[in-house]
This record gives sequence, structure tokens and C-alpha cells, in this order.
Amino acid sequence: MEVFTYLCSPLKKADHLIIHKNGKMNNYELMVIFTPVLSDDEYKAAQKKYESFVKENGGEVVNSKPWELKSLAYPIAKKTTGLYWVMEYKAPSSFNEKLKIQLLRDESVMRHMFTILDKYAVEYNAKKRSGVSSVTENAEV
Amino acid sequence: MARANEIKYLTAIKTDNRPKKYCRFRKMGIHYIDYKDGEFLKKFLNEQGKLLPRRITGNSLKFQRKVSQAVKKARQMAILPYVTDLLK
Repeated sequence: MEVFTYLCSPLKKADHLIIHKNGKMNNYELMVIFTPVLSDDEYKAAQKKYESFVKENGGEVVNSKPWELKSLAYPIAKKTTGLYWVMEYKAPSSFNEKLKIQLLRDESVMRHMFTILDKYAVEYNAKKRSGVSSVTENAEV
Repeated sequence: MARANEIKYLTAIKTDNRPKKYCRFRKMGIHYIDYKDGEFLKKFLNEQGKLLPRRITGNSLKFQRKVSQAVKKARQMAILPYVTDLLK
């Protein structure tokens, strides 16, 4: 039995690596705060730009949600409001570095953040999108 | 011989039975804590916007870690403040 597991375990590990090398798609979420000085059209154009950038690089946009103008909890770059935008997407793991460069070069982006979504997070987001009251709302003290 | 009413204890006997604390995430079957939901995360903060300890919220270690990660993410994205007064 011991010999058997010894023989099997390295094989399993190798399998995992092969899948990864062939460009396994991961689930990510990007949140961006644009400066509030953007006009409506510029705001939409910026969202489109990044969405198409995901698609160009072999990714897939799952959901894109503009939060519109929202007040910040503390001032960023001397501004008290920001245009929030949340995008959920699937992409190969090497993609985020490319996107990061684009975001940092963009002057209209005040702040951005990537989040790696696990299976529970994907499930949660899908539920929230379909309008089912999220479970967290029920979790009172 | 000591009678029953003369027996003295070294430590006070517990008389009040507080309800046992529980982890609300375990109980409700929540697996993911959303950093975008600022109002929900405020339940785990005190008035200055600091994280409440586990002994008060009753969270299990696994979910306390997730809560703290979510709060820190929310702070980065200006959904929650780093420092404040009168948060609630």
C-alpha cells in the first residue's frame, strides 16, 4: 500500500502542473476607482477599454458593474468622491501583470485592486447578480 | 461538623448563565465574506473602525481571518475608513 501511494503521488502533482502550463483560467475581480472629474462618456469608454483588453488577452468578462459616483471613506488624491467600477473576469494567471501596467499608466485611475476569487466567491457573486438576497444579510448578531 | 450553610467556597460560584457564543458564519453556512459590503463589515468594527476581537464577536479563527482580510481590502478601497470616530 505504501509503495502504491508513493508511486501515485508524484504523478498527480505532475498532472496539476501540466494543466497550469496550458493556461488554466482563473477567476479574478478587479475594482477600480476613477477620478470623479471624468464625464459619463469617458467613464463608460474607460470601462470598455479595459473590458476589451481582457478579451484581447484571452480572457473572458463575466460581469461588469459600475457603481457610479460614491463618496470615499477618506480622501484620495485630495478628492472625496470616486467613480467605482467592479469587473469580474476569467483570465490566465499571467494576465494581471499586463493589466496592472495599463492601470498604473492611466491617469484617470486613482486606485485599483485585484482579488482572486475562490469557488465560494464565484458562487456568492453569481447569487448576488441573480437577485437572491445574499446570505450575509441574514447573519445578524 | 460543618453544616450546609456554613460551607465557603474559594471562588465564587457562577450564577448567571450567559448564552454560549457561536460563529455566525459557521451557523449560517457562509463561506465567502465580501469586502464590497461595507455595512456588513461594520458589525465587526468598533467605533474607531478597529477590528473587534474574537472573544466579543464569537467568530471561529478561520472566519475571523477572512473578516480581517475583507476589512483590510475594504479599507484600501476607501469603503471603510482606516481611522475615524463615531463610526456607528
